[in-house]
Amino acid sequence: MSLIQGAQLQATQPGSAVRRAISRAWPELNSPAAWLVALILVIMPLIANGFFLIEIFATTLILGVIALSLMFLAGYGGMVSLMQLTIAGFAGYMVAVIGVSGNANISMGWPWWLATPMALALATVFGTLGGALAVRTEGIYTIMITLAIGAAFYYFTNQNWAIFNGHTGINTVATPHFLGVNWRSDIPFYYLALGVAAVCYFAVQYLSRAPFGLALQGVRDNPRRMAALGFNVNAHRVAAYAIASFIAGLGGVLQVWNYRQISPGSVSVGACIDILIIAVVGGITRPIGPFIGAFIFVMLRTFALDFLVKFGLDGNRFRLLIGLGFLAIVFWSSDGVVGLWESWRRRNAPPTGTIGNRHG
Amino acid sequence: MSRFIERHPAWALITIIAIAVLLWLVVAVWPPGLEAAIGRKRVFLNAVLNGITLGGLYFLVASGFTLIFGLMRNVNLAHGSLYLFGGYVGYAISVWTGSWILSFVVAFIAVALVGVVLQILVFRRMEGQDLRQTMVTIGLSIVFADLMLWAFGGDFYQIQTPNWLVGPIQLPLITAVKSSGDPVYLQYPLVRLVIFAASVVIGVAMWLALNRTRVGMIVRAGVDDRDILAATGVRIQLVFVLVFALGAGLAGIAGVVGGTFQSISPGEDTRFLLASLVVVIVGGMGSIPGAALGAVIIGLAEQLGSVYIPTYAIVVTFLIMVLVLALRPQGLLARR
Repeated sequence: MSLIQGAQLQATQPGSAVRRAISRAWPELNSPAAWLVALILVIMPLIANGFFLIEIFATTLILGVIALSLMFLAGYGGMVSLMQLTIAGFAGYMVAVIGVSGNANISMGWPWWLATPMALALATVFGTLGGALAVRTEGIYTIMITLAIGAAFYYFTNQNWAIFNGHTGINTVATPHFLGVNWRSDIPFYYLALGVAAVCYFAVQYLSRAPFGLALQGVRDNPRRMAALGFNVNAHRVAAYAIASFIAGLGGVLQVWNYRQISPGSVSVGACIDILIIAVVGGITRPIGPFIGAFIFVMLRTFALDFLVKFGLDGNRFRLLIGLGFLAIVFWSSDGVVGLWESWRRRNAPPTGTIGNRHG
Repeated sequence: MSRFIERHPAWALITIIAIAVLLWLVVAVWPPGLEAAIGRKRVFLNAVLNGITLGGLYFLVASGFTLIFGLMRNVNLAHGSLYLFGGYVGYAISVWTGSWILSFVVAFIAVALVGVVLQILVFRRMEGQDLRQTMVTIGLSIVFADLMLWAFGGDFYQIQTPNWLVGPIQLPLITAVKSSGDPVYLQYPLVRLVIFAASVVIGVAMWLALNRTRVGMIVRAGVDDRDILAATGVRIQLVFVLVFALGAGLAGIAGVVGGTFQSISPGEDTRFLLASLVVVIVGGMGSIPGAALGAVIIGLAEQLGSVYIPTYAIVVTFLIMVLVLALRPQGLLARR
């Protein structure tokens, strides 16, 4: 709902029909704050050093992409899937298994430009099959089934030595070198992650306004009515899973290139739930939410230790902090940090809101 | 039962044949060809008994989960944490007093109290918002897991089996015949059998309570339509609190059982949450007999899988879930 209102607010400025159409499709284009954030992100390597660039910002972008796939499913499709990280992890494992890694007995040694699309395709198939399973039931059951899939995959990677190399996982995964650039060195990797995140963000933004996205939101709000109107409800849902799986797969490939190793710990149930937390804390109705959530999560994960020790508490209680923060968000805001910010802005600036509405 | 046979003759036949084959495998002395093909009978029998007794444990966890879900539509993803908490409480009590039985009682009461507090302070505030409740249980499971890690550390704890239950007993199941012609009988740990019997008793008692008492009638009516039930003047909030307490208490008992069978450590909460999810999906959400059937199926699949195909055992469990979802999405014994 708030999405559509936002678009109307932006479209009130005078301009040609073409410009209005563009601004309706891309509300960020005439928001100065969005341009500022984009500029900061682009010149980030000038500001931040290697640690911040990779450990904070690139990690935020990667987690944000994975959480974005959950946001797409949950926000537009009404399906809360806990297996998005599992799909990302599957893509990561496939990069390691099909491509080059330190475990020569497992890896098939394909070059990265073959291994990566293959991994993405397999991850999309995996996620689509999981989604096809999950859409057989509705609503709250989706959580249970996707969590069961995620947990089963985690235990499977732990047990299986032939493909997934058991609990040690696969180490020293090769990263791409081309055009004379080592894409795992800090600055190129940051831009790679930023590029992927931007493409995914705008793709989701675009899809939400495309006929498919609108039909999906219709399915979310009233599946029976959409079915009566002639839409194939389940096909829309499975297609949404396919798109989300591809996005999650992109995040997974970046993640395995970032850490250069993958093990069952990367696909554990706790990590799956972290993605849900990121998306919910950030806000699940808008594509920007997951990135905000990921930034908060990564900052907390990195600095909670120092922070807690400074206040004389046990530094290992980072997860307690995360859990309590998540509980607070779920209790007091239905739309995460984005929702909190929106309501705060609405409360502090009522005149602008009414003007916008009058024009629209 | 007869209606099931009338409506699905093919499935009934397959089920009967499967049960008959299983019974024959358990009772008969295996011919040498079979032993050569799939290994010793003792291994198989142990796996089957382990599977059934593990099923008893899964039933204890999953029955509370399914009861809470059936009545309150609350997917309690903190159920694994309640299990683990019960295990830690049971361990503390058994170390402190040395009494195994007392640890069950205290674990039940302690975890049931946690359930009451949760229901009154948390879930009552967001009634009817299924998704939000589920999110809250996720948050709670994280908080509980970390609090327990804080209090008990990352060690493995095992609850001491009482002396009168230690050691194996001989079962009247022949595993092999010696060359001298003497039959060899199966030895099996007594404690597992006792616990399995206890979980059967609990299951039957729950079934009787649900189907033969007035409170059970109210709970069943609530599973079908809680709004109409509330409209008839039943104090539904009280029923909710009682059911949540019972479900949580069962998870607590299961924690003590799990601590005696196996061990308790951080991470077990996730394992048993997964087990109860799969059991409830297979058996049918909200159905106690479904939880029993699902628990035995999953327990058997897990144990037989880990004996015969060790690196793919979890896949068997998962495939069962997929099959059930594909053929009967509401679960094997669910009514809808």
